[in-house]
Amino acid sequence: MPIQVLMPALSPTMEKGNLAKWLKKEGETIKSGDVIAEIETDKATMEVEATDEGTLGKILIPEGTNDVAVNTPIATILADGESAADLGKAAPAPAPSVAKEVEESRSPVGEGKPMISAPQATAAPAAVAEPDPEVPEGTEMISQTIREALRDAMAEEMRRDPDVFIMGEEVAEYQGAYKVTQGLLQEFGARRVIDTPITEHGFAGVGVGAAMSGLKPIVEFMTFNFAMQAIDQIINSAAKTLYMSGGQMGCSIVFRGPNGAASRVAAQHSQDYSAWYSQIPGLKVVAPFSAADYKGLLKAAIRDPNPVIFLENEMLYGHTGEVPKLDDYVIPIGKARIVRSGGHVTLISWSNGMSYALKAADELAKEGIEAEVIDLRTLRPMDTDTIIASVKKTGRAVTVEEGWQQSGVGAEIAARIMEQAFDYLDAPVARVSGKDVPMPYAANLEKLALPNVAEVVAAAKAVSYR
Amino acid sequence: MAAPKKTVTKEAGQENGKEKGLEKSFSSPPEFTKAQELAALRDMLLIRRFEEKAGQLYGMGAIGGFCHLYIGQEAIVVGMQMALKKGDQVITGYRDHGHMLACGMEAKGVMAELTGRQGGYSKGKGGSMHMFSKEQNFYGGHGIVGAQVSLGTGLAFANRYRGNDFVSLAYFGDGASNQGQVYESFNMAQLWKLPVIYIIENNRYAMGTSVTRSSSQTDFSKRGISFNIPGEQVDGMDVRAVKAAGDKAVAHCRAGKGPFILEMQTYRYRGHSMSDPAKYRTREEVEKVRHDQDPIEQVRNRLLAAKVTEQELKAIDAEVREIVNESADFAQHDPEPDASELWTDVYR
Repeated sequence: MPIQVLMPALSPTMEKGNLAKWLKKEGETIKSGDVIAEIETDKATMEVEATDEGTLGKILIPEGTNDVAVNTPIATILADGESAADLGKAAPAPAPSVAKEVEESRSPVGEGKPMISAPQATAAPAAVAEPDPEVPEGTEMISQTIREALRDAMAEEMRRDPDVFIMGEEVAEYQGAYKVTQGLLQEFGARRVIDTPITEHGFAGVGVGAAMSGLKPIVEFMTFNFAMQAIDQIINSAAKTLYMSGGQMGCSIVFRGPNGAASRVAAQHSQDYSAWYSQIPGLKVVAPFSAADYKGLLKAAIRDPNPVIFLENEMLYGHTGEVPKLDDYVIPIGKARIVRSGGHVTLISWSNGMSYALKAADELAKEGIEAEVIDLRTLRPMDTDTIIASVKKTGRAVTVEEGWQQSGVGAEIAARIMEQAFDYLDAPVARVSGKDVPMPYAANLEKLALPNVAEVVAAAKAVSYR
Repeated sequence: MAAPKKTVTKEAGQENGKEKGLEKSFSSPPEFTKAQELAALRDMLLIRRFEEKAGQLYGMGAIGGFCHLYIGQEAIVVGMQMALKKGDQVITGYRDHGHMLACGMEAKGVMAELTGRQGGYSKGKGGSMHMFSKEQNFYGGHGIVGAQVSLGTGLAFANRYRGNDFVSLAYFGDGASNQGQVYESFNMAQLWKLPVIYIIENNRYAMGTSVTRSSSQTDFSKRGISFNIPGEQVDGMDVRAVKAAGDKAVAHCRAGKGPFILEMQTYRYRGHSMSDPAKYRTREEVEKVRHDQDPIEQVRNRLLAAKVTEQELKAIDAEVREIVNESADFAQHDPEPDASELWTDVYR
């Protein structure tokens, strides 16, 4: 039976790609390992290798086709003895073809630091957030990925201020492990876009030292999991120096990178540090969800005279959102946003937790429960006023986070609601969170470990006594 | 930096007993002019008298927490400072009072910080281990062993980024030399040719553990070999030798040749901190260094031999004592920070 070649996925965030070029023609003999096509993603150009032998029977997706969804059949391979007449009964290949990067032949740096994670189709974001009230009416919106929004934010700030530079693993020549820094080296040169060795503790300290002398570093951690090696410099040096120096010597620095669970990378690469950093006085902690917020808040973080932890989410990098086309779109740190209004229950979340909250709100609406959804956007300083005002209106609250429950951000929100709106509550605050286990690898267990929409819906109903 | 109480085992004591004095011999350094000798004497004396006074105030309960004295090591910061120019930066660990005074920070402000008063360099919020002066390019004062090495490398990074010719001095001890981030910093400093001088103050004890018991390579000047960073061992008890080594290292850095390591062989007369009775070494060992190699006595003897009168030297003594007494007086009478200071300087 002819074998189908499927569009491969090369990262957890890849949902579609462009079929750039066919390197084999219909009728050509194919051996296992032959490069048959080149595909492009927003991160890189990749080669598609054949894993089966035979003859290229039919090209199903012509070269030059954009936005081919992952797992779409792109060609069929005929085995020995088969002919074009057999094409109709093609079966999908058991797995997408192996692909490798064309641009870089070297393997990903660092054991356990995958450039390309296991393939998995991800769900699209639930809803596109309403534009911020501070955006003037009639402002043109451009559609861009969060990855692009981050890159533009950094590029704009680097153009604006010569003291801003970026350092981290693979940020320059490789164009970013997750391609967030794409094009920065070309525009700003190696002086301001600096590849570091794999040495988180050391380069975090170097960044803080440079900031103490007045520069404004953006320190990219390939993921925040690796920043644990650097957490002493972040907390003891960056966060405390202003206080310890009696206000003389501060530290304007941004530590940024993907935080939380990616996909199928298991316990050491899937941890949410929201609660860790948001406990520390002296730090600001930002964790946006929408593309516009990613851009506006990163610009604010870079300008902030204090150390800012900017928590991104790998699952969101490829997601597209509407970003206001303004010369200088800066969103103030410390302001939450009501993304969806409702009078029955308040859902409070941030970063990727918002995707569960927003979908849950859709579900709840079908059952007549109007949820108000608050995107905190900043965890420290936390916009308690917005939370309290909403809870006073709805009388019910559910927090949604990917991190663990004990001493989590949800616990903090619940405590503040209890302290400031106890008399308005019609039910105890409910928390939906990651389960109290290290992140498992197996797909089914991983899914169980993370929060999901059904849990948010159930919690919202429980606090509504429905 | 905490100083846990040490229980000295017999074995350890015996092993330490084998190390008597600083026996490595160094060739004679270039002579100082009389003016240089006098300046070095004055600056070293200021540190010693200051530290002695801090020790007294600690005993009286006026200074709290940890207090790590620099007595015995004065030639290092004074000699290095003579090799610097205005704009060069200094950063160190928690044994930092001497560095601050050498950088030109006022004794009053330092002492008042030790007593936790509003006139202290950090308004009383930093204490002995955390003081800074932007004006004097002193970047702390860091309580986490080894952290200042990455930070000092960052200061050098900023100099290179700005394209100036300033040099940063990152001081740390033989104990900190075993921290991982030291080597992460060495790697980046050489990779990027950063103008940083790593000054390893080898006072022979990492808290209460002798170098031979804590370091597999006790020649600290070799710690940069695998990064191709040149290093030298220096007689850290002779201020002239320190300055000569400093001149060489500074020239290396200013010429854009990257980092340089100076191992300063020295000795601290007091315990690791005020709460350390220093039972891991013998009284004779301390006395021998103090008698044979004291950095201040060396200069004083040379000056006397060069016909400087006792009276001239006494005048220096008197000037230094006055500064120190004034600082102690200020530090005990200056008010504590206002309660509102609790909430300031968290963010700016």
